[in-house]
Amino acid sequence: MAEKRFTKEHEWVERDGDVVTVGITDYAQTSLGDIVFVELPEVGREVAAGESIAVVESVKAASDIYAPIAGKVVEVNGRIVDDPALVNSDPMGEAWFFRLEPTQMGDVQGLMDEIAYTAMVESL
Amino acid sequence: MADTDEKLKTVPLDALHRSLGARMVPFAGYEMPVQYAGILAEHTACRTQAALFDVSHMGQGSLIGEGAAAALERLVPGDIAGLKPSRQRYTLLTNAQGGILDDLMVANMGDRLFLVVNAACKDQDFAHIAANLPAGVTLARHDDRALLALQGPAAASVLARFAPDAAAMPFMGVATLAVAGIPCLISRSGYTGEDGYEISVPADRAEELAKKLLAEPEVAPAGLGARDSLRLEAGLCLYGSDIDTTTTPVEAGLVWTIGKRRRTEWNFPGADVVRDQLENGTKRLRVGLRPDGRAPARAHTDITDASGAIIGTVTSGTFGPTLGAPVAMGYVARAHAADGTAVSLTVRGKPLPARVAPMPFVPHRYVR
Repeated sequence: MAEKRFTKEHEWVERDGDVVTVGITDYAQTSLGDIVFVELPEVGREVAAGESIAVVESVKAASDIYAPIAGKVVEVNGRIVDDPALVNSDPMGEAWFFRLEPTQMGDVQGLMDEIAYTAMVESL
Repeated sequence: MADTDEKLKTVPLDALHRSLGARMVPFAGYEMPVQYAGILAEHTACRTQAALFDVSHMGQGSLIGEGAAAALERLVPGDIAGLKPSRQRYTLLTNAQGGILDDLMVANMGDRLFLVVNAACKDQDFAHIAANLPAGVTLARHDDRALLALQGPAAASVLARFAPDAAAMPFMGVATLAVAGIPCLISRSGYTGEDGYEISVPADRAEELAKKLLAEPEVAPAGLGARDSLRLEAGLCLYGSDIDTTTTPVEAGLVWTIGKRRRTEWNFPGADVVRDQLENGTKRLRVGLRPDGRAPARAHTDITDASGAIIGTVTSGTFGPTLGAPVAMGYVARAHAADGTAVSLTVRGKPLPARVAPMPFVPHRYVR
């Protein structure tokens, strides 16, 4: 497995061949609290970097999930739609959100590495 | 954020909340715990065992003097003169247009009326009440008291260990009792739909009492997040969201709070508006809403009919943990207010099918 990269919106991105897998970080799930609903994008949708692409709802509020880089949605994780609590229990693993075929794979390198992301979270 | 944080007030249990790992948020000018272990766990604790809420931000006061009940009746549609000693009643402060200034609890303590009002409204409520009192009736604020709510099916057995007489109190009963030796004013009431108590305690002894209650195995601390999901499942209004100065008791479905005698006298603020609405109907009514699927519809969501015309607005919405499904309440045009009516809720630009549904969504389990 490749190392994860991170966005300032608390998403993680992991490259696997020609696609990247995207999820939300442990910090994000802790901040959101108990997740009760997830809405995922349609497969085939073309998204721009920073575009709102999915929604998570806790008991208290709805939050947008953004596309970390531009690309096309090639797969979504239906398990978190059926069992939203999985996002709380395994955000960095089983509870990935979607897979993107990046417009430019090089965009992944522009995201934060784990050291930079951890430093950002600690500064919050 | 920084300058608003500086102005936030703290509750007497602030240190305890932090030691329990609470996530503190600004609410009605106070730093309040929104959750500890998590809203779902706290919600479930209240429905299955017992939960302890700190609601010390709410306003407590006493109306003292001959004619206190008559004086308060000039501001509310409830029957206060007919409220028996050791009993509490839910009522509304109304304005001349029939709008709701606040909702509150009024208890007859024998020698005085004890009031509990909403945190965000307390300064204006107490100023409004004080400005409308006749000679001989005075209002005392109890800013030196904390307010705890012990709620859930185990609340009665837990409290009985510290105050045996509390067990025999009826729903909406009030009493001054020593709880673990601490002088308290207790009502058998709450905001969760469960059996339970609200306990007014001197601020300097609140932490001692809270720690004793939390040490009981059935009791979990619960924050404002669970309080909101519990009250919404119970179909109870949140002032500022579901009722406010633009809604009347008739529109809000709170006609039951208007005393029978008050409906012959018609002498509370806004009585003419309320009377007209009772006789001729209102344009809109507060209803319960059950969205299909799992997506919650939040406050300010548009409600539409089959043709897409806007017929109302959601005023509160969340995911109901006990139901395992989203629940909401809002106002709809009267023609669409019947239980079972199909409506749509515009969530993220898309119509989400929903039905008008009876409240409470989760049956009340008050002692009777």
